Amino acid sequence: MAMASRLWASKAASYLKISTFNRAFASVVKDLKYADSHEWAKIDGNSATIGITDHAQDHLGDVVYVELPEVGAAVTQGSSFGAVESVKATSDINSPVSGKVVEVNQELGSSPGLVNGSPYEDGWIMKVELSNADEVKSLMDSDQYSKFCEEEDSH
Amino acid sequence: MATREVGRVGLPLMNIVRMKGVPILQQLEMEECLLRTSSDNWCIINDGTDSPTIVMGISGKPAELVEISPVLEDKIPVIRRFTGGGTVIVDHGTIFVSFICNKDAVADVQPYPRPIMSWSSLLYRKVFQGIADFRLRENDYVFGHRKFGGNAQSITKSRWIHHTSFLWDYETRNMSYLKLPKRAPEYRLARDHLDFICPMKDHLSRSDFINKTIDAASSHFSVSSTIKPPSNLKFTPNSRLLTEQELEAAAMKSFQ
Repeated sequence: MAMASRLWASKAASYLKISTFNRAFASVVKDLKYADSHEWAKIDGNSATIGITDHAQDHLGDVVYVELPEVGAAVTQGSSFGAVESVKATSDINSPVSGKVVEVNQELGSSPGLVNGSPYEDGWIMKVELSNADEVKSLMDSDQYSKFCEEEDSH
Repeated sequence: MATREVGRVGLPLMNIVRMKGVPILQQLEMEECLLRTSSDNWCIINDGTDSPTIVMGISGKPAELVEISPVLEDKIPVIRRFTGGGTVIVDHGTIFVSFICNKDAVADVQPYPRPIMSWSSLLYRKVFQGIADFRLRENDYVFGHRKFGGNAQSITKSRWIHHTSFLWDYETRNMSYLKLPKRAPEYRLARDHLDFICPMKDHLSRSDFINKTIDAASSHFSVSSTIKPPSNLKFTPNSRLLTEQELEAAAMKSFQ
């Protein structure tokens, strides 16, 4: 149903020359940290679990493939570490923190739609051992991220 | 935020690269290099490619998308490209148009698949105005209910590419190398390739299409022709040719 609504919206938008609209308010989870490229980080001591936000999955559409990083790879805050495929696009996923990948979500190989259905829980993408815990201070909290999304979507 | 270079009437600059008969793998490598290492806006036009080639999207599985035995027998190259989307077979009758843009250069378009797709359809609507019943249908360019242009994208933090393979003409026998894909648009209605696609040649000439596309782009950008884009020898592209061994292994696996 949601997919049919999105298709109609996309077609109507293209005829009416307006930007495709999305749900008014994507969900955020308190206690997570957020990057301006729409990834979230759940910090637990010197580890972080990383995924993409509800705002991101809603704007991307149905995810059909996730390109995961290699375990052991280094990631850098703000840099691309993988990609998702949705509609006809590959979209970079950027790491909100720097460190080393210690685990990836293998379930996404057979069930990439977990990113859409459960972006903050079952759709997690990787776990990272942090190399610089101070970087977390530069991320947004849930309230800041909510405002950021509203401003972005209002343009 | 990147500085926005402006030209005529405050429009962002765009370099137009016109090519003819360049191998599709070379074109894809150039495009990915420009997407990842350039900070300029580009429109790449390749008027036909040199030989029939199958091009799959980033997650394409050959056994599901391609008739591997005839492909191996007839030595048709199979490429996996860096963008998403489906499988096409391209040849001298295909015209390729690619837009590589800074997201700030098209600031009223959010850098996500559907807004970029909508923006592209408005540009091409200008190209076909008064010529044909052009529409964006799901993610394809169609005349009526027949597809003549397939799209794919790659989106980074600050830039994106939207590229299209236009069927100006095609060899009907080449379509037999492609299987009916599992993931297909609803409007396809399980039609096989020849009932689903149509050529652009009945509507306008190659040069008219290319010139009208450049004209349409000039309403969004201040365009200038460039002979050759810069290359970056340090960049390793992701698009690649699949080996015979990989295709054979894919075929064997599908029988298990």
